[in-house]
Amino acid sequence: MDVDGEGVSAVATGDRTIPMHPGRHEAFHQFTQQKLPACKPVLTPAWVISIFLLMGTIFIPIGLVTLHASQSVVEVVDRYDIECIPEAFKSNKLGYIKDSSIPKNCSRFLKVYKRMKAPIYIYYQLDNYYQNHRRYVKSRNDQQLLHGLKYNGTSSCKPEQTNNGLPIVPCGLIAWSLFNDTYEFIRGASELTVNRKNIAWKSDRDHKFGKHVYPFNFQNGTLIGGGMLDPRIHLSDQEDLIVWMRTAALPTFRKLYGRIEEDLNADDVIVVNLMNNYNTYSFGGKKKLVLSTSSWLGGKNDFLGVAYISVGSSCIFVCFVFILLHMKNRRPYGGHNLFVLEQERHL
Amino acid sequence: MQKMATGRRRKQHFRRIHACSCGRASFKGEHSLIGGPGFSRVVCCNDPDWFEAPVLNYDSNYVRTTKYTLAMFLPKSLFEQFRRVANLYFLICAILSFTPLSPYLPVSNVLPLVVVIGVTMGKEALEDWKRKKQDIEVNNRKVKVHHSDGMFDNAKWMDLKVGDIVMVQKDEFFPADLILLSSSYEEATCFVETTNLDGETNLKLKQALDATSNFHEDSSFQNFEAVIKCEDPNANLYSFVGRLHLEKQEHPLAPQQLLLRGSKLRNTDFIYGVVVFTGHDTKLMQNSTAPPSKRSKIEKRMDKIVYFLFSIIVLISLIGSIFFGILTREDLENGRVTRWYLGPDETTKYYDPKRARVAAIFHFLTALMLYGYLIPISLYVSIEIVKVLQSVFINQDLHMYYEEADKPARARTSNLNEELGQVNTILSDKTGTLTCNSMEFMKCSVAGNAYGRGVTEVERALAGRNGSPLAQEVTDEEGRVEDSTEAGTSTKGFNFIDERVTNDSWVNEPRADVIQKFLQLLAICHTAIPEVDEETGKISYEAESPDEAAFVIAARELGFEFHERTQTSISLHEFDPISCSKVERSYKLLNILEFSSSRKRMSVIVRQKDGRILLLCKGADSVMFERLAKNGREFEEKTKEHINEYADAGLRTLVLAYRELDEEESNEFNTEFNKAKNSVSADREEMMDGVAEKIEKDLILLGATAVEDKLQNGVPECIDRLAQAGIKIWVLTGDKMETAINIGFACSLLRQGMKQIVISSETLEIKALEKVGGKTTVAEAFKENVRHQISEATKLLSTSTQNSGALALIIDGKSLALALEDDVKDMFLELALGCASVICCRSSPKQKALVTRLVKTTTGNTTLAIGDGANDVGMLQEADIGVGISGVEGMQICYFFYKNIAFGFTLFFFEAYASFSGQAIYNDWYISLYNVFFTSLPVIALGVFDQDVSARLCVKFPLLYQEGVQNILFSWFRILGWAFNGVLGATVIFFFCIRAMEHQAFRKGGEVVGLEILGTTMYTCVVWVVNCQMALSINYFTYVQHLFIWGGTIFWYMFLLAYGAMDPHISTTAYKVFIEACAPTPFFWLLTLFVVVSSLIPYFTYASIQVRFFPMYHQMIQYIRTDGQLEDPEYCDMVRQRSLRPTTVGYTARFEAKSKRFGPLTKVFL
Repeated sequence: MDVDGEGVSAVATGDRTIPMHPGRHEAFHQFTQQKLPACKPVLTPAWVISIFLLMGTIFIPIGLVTLHASQSVVEVVDRYDIECIPEAFKSNKLGYIKDSSIPKNCSRFLKVYKRMKAPIYIYYQLDNYYQNHRRYVKSRNDQQLLHGLKYNGTSSCKPEQTNNGLPIVPCGLIAWSLFNDTYEFIRGASELTVNRKNIAWKSDRDHKFGKHVYPFNFQNGTLIGGGMLDPRIHLSDQEDLIVWMRTAALPTFRKLYGRIEEDLNADDVIVVNLMNNYNTYSFGGKKKLVLSTSSWLGGKNDFLGVAYISVGSSCIFVCFVFILLHMKNRRPYGGHNLFVLEQERHL
Repeated sequence: MQKMATGRRRKQHFRRIHACSCGRASFKGEHSLIGGPGFSRVVCCNDPDWFEAPVLNYDSNYVRTTKYTLAMFLPKSLFEQFRRVANLYFLICAILSFTPLSPYLPVSNVLPLVVVIGVTMGKEALEDWKRKKQDIEVNNRKVKVHHSDGMFDNAKWMDLKVGDIVMVQKDEFFPADLILLSSSYEEATCFVETTNLDGETNLKLKQALDATSNFHEDSSFQNFEAVIKCEDPNANLYSFVGRLHLEKQEHPLAPQQLLLRGSKLRNTDFIYGVVVFTGHDTKLMQNSTAPPSKRSKIEKRMDKIVYFLFSIIVLISLIGSIFFGILTREDLENGRVTRWYLGPDETTKYYDPKRARVAAIFHFLTALMLYGYLIPISLYVSIEIVKVLQSVFINQDLHMYYEEADKPARARTSNLNEELGQVNTILSDKTGTLTCNSMEFMKCSVAGNAYGRGVTEVERALAGRNGSPLAQEVTDEEGRVEDSTEAGTSTKGFNFIDERVTNDSWVNEPRADVIQKFLQLLAICHTAIPEVDEETGKISYEAESPDEAAFVIAARELGFEFHERTQTSISLHEFDPISCSKVERSYKLLNILEFSSSRKRMSVIVRQKDGRILLLCKGADSVMFERLAKNGREFEEKTKEHINEYADAGLRTLVLAYRELDEEESNEFNTEFNKAKNSVSADREEMMDGVAEKIEKDLILLGATAVEDKLQNGVPECIDRLAQAGIKIWVLTGDKMETAINIGFACSLLRQGMKQIVISSETLEIKALEKVGGKTTVAEAFKENVRHQISEATKLLSTSTQNSGALALIIDGKSLALALEDDVKDMFLELALGCASVICCRSSPKQKALVTRLVKTTTGNTTLAIGDGANDVGMLQEADIGVGISGVEGMQICYFFYKNIAFGFTLFFFEAYASFSGQAIYNDWYISLYNVFFTSLPVIALGVFDQDVSARLCVKFPLLYQEGVQNILFSWFRILGWAFNGVLGATVIFFFCIRAMEHQAFRKGGEVVGLEILGTTMYTCVVWVVNCQMALSINYFTYVQHLFIWGGTIFWYMFLLAYGAMDPHISTTAYKVFIEACAPTPFFWLLTLFVVVSSLIPYFTYASIQVRFFPMYHQMIQYIRTDGQLEDPEYCDMVRQRSLRPTTVGYTARFEAKSKRFGPLTKVFL
């Protein structure tokens, strides 16, 4: 019973000195004997408390800044898929959308509730649209997009691989189902210019879609999917297509349509003349038109900011609970016995 | 001189030949079996062109211990690889990935498998190559073989054939199992060392048949022709039945003529022998079990976890397929397509809404492949690499470096390192493992006075124990220094320091006459043979057992030099106390009453020069005290006291006594004894014992001797620590029961006051039975007897546990053989497990292996076998491990499951958002490299370099080891905990990512997130999270850890850069994704930081609460190390005390038991 703190220091002296091989490098020796200088972090209460506190103090400010950035974005969303169907066709939406003889034009009024600074991004948003379906994602051919008709191995494009015995460029379901609603924006009397250049990733335009590849035999089949392509423009310039072909990750997604490079003032009313061509009615998808500004963090989404703040504050909360518990309980003495003798277990 | 020596030997051997002939008689029954089944072997000696040879087709003498041959390597090792369920699963996946079912590119699936299998096979090949080299060395050893015309030539071992006549020279190993024909001695005897076979250290005498004993020259074999018919190859080392047909006569062959491969010729210049068993037919090889591919317990557990994961995969795949089926069917509603963009009207069978069920079944296969990443493919290979590296470190460890022989530790196979931390039972061979195999005369008690103040290992250990257990090592250190100086001056076998006795000063002691008799007895009462070195005149002794040698050496050192033995006399150089000078005295040897384990004593009857006849007797205290004369008990009390002290100090004691006989008595005894000796009846030995019994009485006590069976350095401390750590130690030895018990005492496995349960085949009842009954009845009765003994003992066990008296089980080989039979073994095991120590003596290698297997399979515990000789090979192979590390073995595996579950579940969650179509969220190559590169290096670092508690502290707190034994770090509960952590991690990562990267623009330029960006971001988070999780669970950071953990993460970014820079044809969706889309975006970095921190917070909170409020043992020690010492001495004290616990073996226990006996004088621990 006479052991005290000194016991531990005796441990240090008890370490035997082991003869070293002459000529071996010190560091190598440390390595082979597993005696490298090491830091051995132990979760002492002091560490735990300071780490939680640190987390809290870092996260809350980040959260505030992030949230502010998101709040500063102005976003105008308008769902038009239902409204743009004439009363007569309300019960037969599919018939309306499939009948090419019926004019598809439709006008929407958007009210800007807060001043929007240029550039204002125009997105179309689709709901319940599985661009991430395996069959869909795989149904394209990157080689053909880059090299055009020179490339033949397009079996992955089935069923939109050939038509009337001729290859389709661009082939595959993705291209075939190209989104083809169009929008025109009118403020007051003047039409707002929509810049539809530079909406796709530069790497896609330069390296994935060929400058010498022109659409060929596209949408010539019996079954017409989505939009048509101008066969005189090479693929690298067909930015609609390029944007569309970067498949979305989730069934609800937005895609960039263009930019308005003018500021919009609060209470401006924008008239949108759109062509409601794209069929989302057969699978019950929604179509929305979105106008949005952007901050350094992108578009409007409070999630990250709120999450940062809540995780930060819960860190601080845990920190206080821990301090409280720590003060209340001294070190556990005796406590539960982990080591039941093997022998005892057998009997 | 040579002549004389042989003469002496002849005398000695004469006795044995007798013993042997009676043995032969008992073999009569078996000899009739020759030619029948099991006894069909025919060997035609010395006839290389023997016509039957090709028909019989005996094995060549080539011995192969490798696992693979060159031709079989590929198929066999592949088979071994694919025996692992996980590998098999990946193989099937790899094959399926070439079909359109595959959710990813075939290459990306095949490559990791190829890497994994390749690395493992490379390792196997390397290890086997080492074994091969060893084989080559053995097979190419040279031996002299008779060719023709009496000429002997060197030949390689592997070229030996059955029937060859070989000549083996002194100190050579026998190349195969031989029948001894003749030797350099006239009687055709030879001495054989069988340490490698059975662990017995004494030399064994073998004797050829008289019929062949006269071939002493090479040339005499010119026309030698004989045929041997004998038993088929078998593993029984102690039996051999055969018949030699020589010149139309038949001679029976017994084990007495069989020289076994693996043993060594000693003290004999050469022998001639004929090869009967070669190569794998030899008894040595028959005893060795094929090298099994050892699979550790963790590995087996891993298999179970893989099954567990596999069932998760099947479950989620099933869920996925059902949903997929439903969703696919809905694509065609009343003949009208819904999700027209998927082209459901013009589709393949994999997506056909009309046959949604078929599509769902196909999808199930796809899903199985997709979620295959839940199973860590690199798990096995990482563990293998860890193990190889661990072995390298074990080999490099200077703490395990044996300076004297310049031998580092050598890990022969790397398969089982992690089990070292989980050893529950240690099975140890005695000879050479626990002891140095040398006896030292340490102390004696003469005429009631104790002499000798040497300190035994055990006493030293006990002394070191005084007070604080932590101060112990320091004292050990001093003890060892003392020891080495002592050793420098003393003679081998003699460590007796007492100035009252040495240098002939004993003459001045009060009872010098008794001392004189005592020393005379030591010099006379033995069966050793002196060998005089003609150059130096020094005398060395050849004795049957090392303790006998120690006695003779002690006598010599104390002035009674035994220098010559003839058939009838023993001559000594004696110190005469009257004249104070050396005189030559010889004693006429009348009779030797040999030692036997049942008699436990030996006596010699000699006639002194003055005509007095003396009976000198030495023996175990249990038999000696009852034979003392009334007037011979003068020192009885004192001597008994001393004997107890000696035994407590771990010494082996013998009581010495003598008696004077008158002429008449002697003559009478002589005639009776000779009569008994020459009788041929079965109870001959019985009769001899009876006669001896009559004369060995009325003895006068002289004193007692104490011999130390020198333990290896540090053995007592080691055993004590092991006991503290809760590890059981079993000793399996080939030695005699007495020796084994003595060793048990020496290393504190046994102690005074321990109840010994002895199960022996040599009980009186058995003896009696053997006389009357036939062979089968004896066997049956014997078995019944053993069973009875075991059940009795078990009863004892249950009663004694209540009064907490420790039990020791001692069992001999024969009984063990029966106890290991199926119907008794469970009872035996129960008994054995209940006992504090278990000693199995006289056990053959095969039995050792059987015991090991029994313990292993029945209890499911991890066993560690220690042994140094070839006789232990079977045991070593059988045991789970062939030596201690403590640490986080299980941690690696838990981590593997964690990281793969975390990864796999993100894939699964994504499926829910992709209508379960089997589309992976990540790029193919990200997925396939996940296990191999980005996350497995840190695990290797963890396995190899982590130290939760430093080696120093481990030794201080032996109980720490129980964490490993009880598998606390790798229990199912823990595994499930980690799996849960994995799912939690995946949930946090996935949902936070998709919520944050919803559909809004994620950067200033207004671009939105596509599949590839979300995938890359999520993957980055996963890599960070699992690597940080590793960093959190690691206890020990050196630059190696930092390098691997952060290196792995940085490597991911570098890979992303490099892969993204490749041609889009190769990099597909990852093309410039990092450099163009992610890296310049603050959102990406902010999200990574947030997801990583928030998915680690739950674990961190749990860990900090657990460490602070419910610490595990190693964590308490860690706490002490960091700041407990200064801040909280009370706490420190508490932990230390918990590390000591009541044990039943080891010197701590002995010390406690002693202090209990002697009352409260000594300090009591705990």
